[in-house]
Amino acid sequence: MKFAVAVFPGSNCDIDAYRAMGAVLGQKVEYVWHRATDLSGFDGVILPGGFSYGDYLRPGAIAHFSPLMTSVVRFARGGGIVIGVCNGFQLLTEAGLLPGALLRNRGLTFICDTVHVRVENAGTPFTSRCAAGQVLRLPIAHGDGNYSVDATTLAAMEQKNQVLLRYCSAEGTADDAHNPNGSCANIAGVVNEQGNVAGMMPHPERAAESLLGGTDGLFILGSVVDVLTRRDHESCAC
Amino acid sequence: MNPVRAERVGLTATEYRRVCELLGREPGDVELDLFGVMWSEHCSYKTSRPLLRLFPTSGPGVLQGPGENAGIVDIGDDLAVVMKVESHNHPSAVEPYQGAATGSGGIIRDIFTMGARPVAMLDSLRFGDLEDVHQRALFREVVKGIGDYDNCMGIPTVAGEVGFDPSYAGNCLVNAMCVGIIRHEDIKRGAAAGVGNAVMLVGSTTGRDGMGGASFASVDLTAASQERKSAVQVGDPFMEKLLLEACLELFRTDAVVGIQDLGAAGLTSASCETAARGGVGIDLDVELVPRREDGMSAVEVMISESQERMLVIVRQGHEDEVRRIFDKWGLNAAVIGHVTEDGMLTVRQDGEVVAQVPAKALAEQAPLRHPQAERPTWQDDVMRLDETELPAVSDWKVVLKDVLRMPTVASKEWVYRQYDSVVRTSTVVGPGSDAAVLRVDGTTCGIALTIDGAGPMSLLDPATGAAMAVAEAARNLVCSGARPLALTDCLNFGNPERPDVFWQFSQAVAGMSKACRALGIPVIGGNVSFYNETGTLAILPTPVVGMVGVMDDPGRACRQGFVAPGDSIVLLGECTDELGGSVYVHMVTGRTAGHVPVLDLERECLVQTVCQGAVSRGIIRSAHDVSEGGLAVTLAESCITGDIGAHISLPGGVRPDALLFGEAPSRIVVSVAPEDLCALLEMARNAGVPATLLGCVGGSDVILEVGGRSIVQAPVTELADAWRGALPGVMGR
Repeated sequence: MKFAVAVFPGSNCDIDAYRAMGAVLGQKVEYVWHRATDLSGFDGVILPGGFSYGDYLRPGAIAHFSPLMTSVVRFARGGGIVIGVCNGFQLLTEAGLLPGALLRNRGLTFICDTVHVRVENAGTPFTSRCAAGQVLRLPIAHGDGNYSVDATTLAAMEQKNQVLLRYCSAEGTADDAHNPNGSCANIAGVVNEQGNVAGMMPHPERAAESLLGGTDGLFILGSVVDVLTRRDHESCAC
Repeated sequence: MNPVRAERVGLTATEYRRVCELLGREPGDVELDLFGVMWSEHCSYKTSRPLLRLFPTSGPGVLQGPGENAGIVDIGDDLAVVMKVESHNHPSAVEPYQGAATGSGGIIRDIFTMGARPVAMLDSLRFGDLEDVHQRALFREVVKGIGDYDNCMGIPTVAGEVGFDPSYAGNCLVNAMCVGIIRHEDIKRGAAAGVGNAVMLVGSTTGRDGMGGASFASVDLTAASQERKSAVQVGDPFMEKLLLEACLELFRTDAVVGIQDLGAAGLTSASCETAARGGVGIDLDVELVPRREDGMSAVEVMISESQERMLVIVRQGHEDEVRRIFDKWGLNAAVIGHVTEDGMLTVRQDGEVVAQVPAKALAEQAPLRHPQAERPTWQDDVMRLDETELPAVSDWKVVLKDVLRMPTVASKEWVYRQYDSVVRTSTVVGPGSDAAVLRVDGTTCGIALTIDGAGPMSLLDPATGAAMAVAEAARNLVCSGARPLALTDCLNFGNPERPDVFWQFSQAVAGMSKACRALGIPVIGGNVSFYNETGTLAILPTPVVGMVGVMDDPGRACRQGFVAPGDSIVLLGECTDELGGSVYVHMVTGRTAGHVPVLDLERECLVQTVCQGAVSRGIIRSAHDVSEGGLAVTLAESCITGDIGAHISLPGGVRPDALLFGEAPSRIVVSVAPEDLCALLEMARNAGVPATLLGCVGGSDVILEVGGRSIVQAPVTELADAWRGALPGVMGR
């Protein structure tokens, strides 16, 4: 099993994702340059946080046209696991792999903080280690995390269980008071209809070691490892 | 001799004569412009250099002292910390967003030009009164400028400080510090060598932004300065991020002989300084410089301060390797000249020589200035404070909350929430404690970082104030458990041509040197910022100290918040009746006034040794030094950040306002588990450090007794609201 961490010009959480998957979770992981097009041999792709192409135009708008993204779209359409964190989430919405868009935070300032999020759907490859309703404590750091989606799409997403994470209190109450950026329906992360592509504003890779203040991120990254490990075994058994 | 020519480029008649002597002729037009920028105060340090020699700059761990782009100190395991702090005050006063952003950009380049990966940013900021809408706008834009730049670079902003005083209203202070980590063998230097080697300009294109920024920084700010926005550079953090990655990739090849970033005075300083350091010459042609604007003159190309550019001396034959790497990152890399043996900086335009001057003359031979220093007549007035006239207080809780709300004291969360402090997943202790702590990759050790300035105390007594800045920075590091290693300084003062300002400056340098020697901490680099004044109002003399320390186990790093109910609270150091220079005095009298508190450097050293030793032995659970706001604020902050109450009994016999809010140095409030109390007290006794048991952690209220009488009882949440709510209340959420 091997993970790809995409590197666009301006990515800066690539090293954090690499470290969390490699040094912390003990998985094989490689950086993949934005001009690369070959994702064969990879089982999961991480689109990391940062400011790809300087967030010119709007976050993710230019990275969407990079050669690598064409391959990522193909990889995702083929059922490959793709997780986008922060700028990676913005990129997935720009690429049309996830519904909605990420607007400026409602306070118009960048926010770096630690927040609580509630796991809304524990039946995805990204939350298999979690219980439904479980509260995770995760870092956020973004200027454009205000998730927005039209009412019809939102209703469909809710119906199909596509809301993955919601901002909430430490006790699990999702409300406006605990929503840092004004996102629609307090959404912090979503998953596509097929369940193999997820995007989230919180940074699970930054919450992977107790020395740095918490390990709740491993509930998410570890879930992906579990699911792919199972998939590996199953394919061997065949 | 032509005084008009000299004046045009800001040189004195004496300096102009010196140029003629060094050249053996009158300088040509382009040559004169080069001397104008290189001999400006900002580039030449002609006024401060003689005094800066007082600093102790060597020590067993110092791998690079002052004189390079940044200082370097050994942290063991064949690794070293590269660091420097620099001001960007004038640009920020005129164009706060870009001024602050390019302040970050410049200091980050100073670090990676040494070969290091930048791992942390710190900032020290000063503004006027936030009641004024313009000051709020400056504050907001500066913070946004820093955040947008640092965040995009992916370098965590891990610590900082912000102070407010009316004297900064016309001339805010923006001091940015960058810290990098490097292997000893990978250290690069800004020196040219090897006749025939290529001189390449890499990174961004050159335009007319930041024209004459160095000269702009070397005069007072005036109303007309607002018209000089073209002297402020425009930053592009994305371009710098690419430049950083491309340079670090380039350093893994053996193409690089020397490298220097383009900062103040642009291509002029980068080329003459690298040539002078290497004892060689550089011959370059401005027509080969990639540009973003048409019709630029030779002088404009030479002094442009366009950002995100580096000058690289490349081993002959490796030019294509450099081009290939920069092309990968989408950046320019152009050969603009070559290294010569004649020691001259030769500037050509389309092959024709337009300037040819000795590189050393430009870079190193500006005549030193020795301005007059004179203790100002008003100094005695400043120190006069009739303490009998301070108000009688009936409700100390109200006063404590008022002090907690003072912008200088209040929580800076409004600021640091806008900075990504955890990217790079190395931040063990982030903003909001006495020092930030980072783990160091590939080792089990950690580094601690802090930045501290001393404005008010330096006004009362510049020597003691500057020494206090050093002492406080070191104290902040030991609170985390680190051993202080080295410092970098940024000295922010008014116009040095004024005898009172130069007296402040010389006193401050002397005081700082003394403290450095007493605490055994060398100065490995720094920056002087003069001419921080508008009209006749100079800023408070503001020496700022950035410091790094090392600790064996970052997992044991101590924070400022109380931890567990039942823990004992101990004050290391003494309660005194000194009130001078305190936030409290300013709050109730509107003046920075009084005698500066006594700083006993021997005592300071012992207090720090006890604290550092006890933290590293695992005895201490929290440590927080006494600084702005005094002892009561220190105790309140430990309760607020620990989210737990405390019952505290302070000794009687000292006037309560001084006891609670005096800012005497050499004091640390620590908490220990009851079973470790004896061990701590014994360590203190053996060292000869006074240690007083003040009380006990627990409950949800802060209870303060003085001489057995309760004078404050308040829920922690009530004090927290005052402290945390102050800046958002003024600035908006």
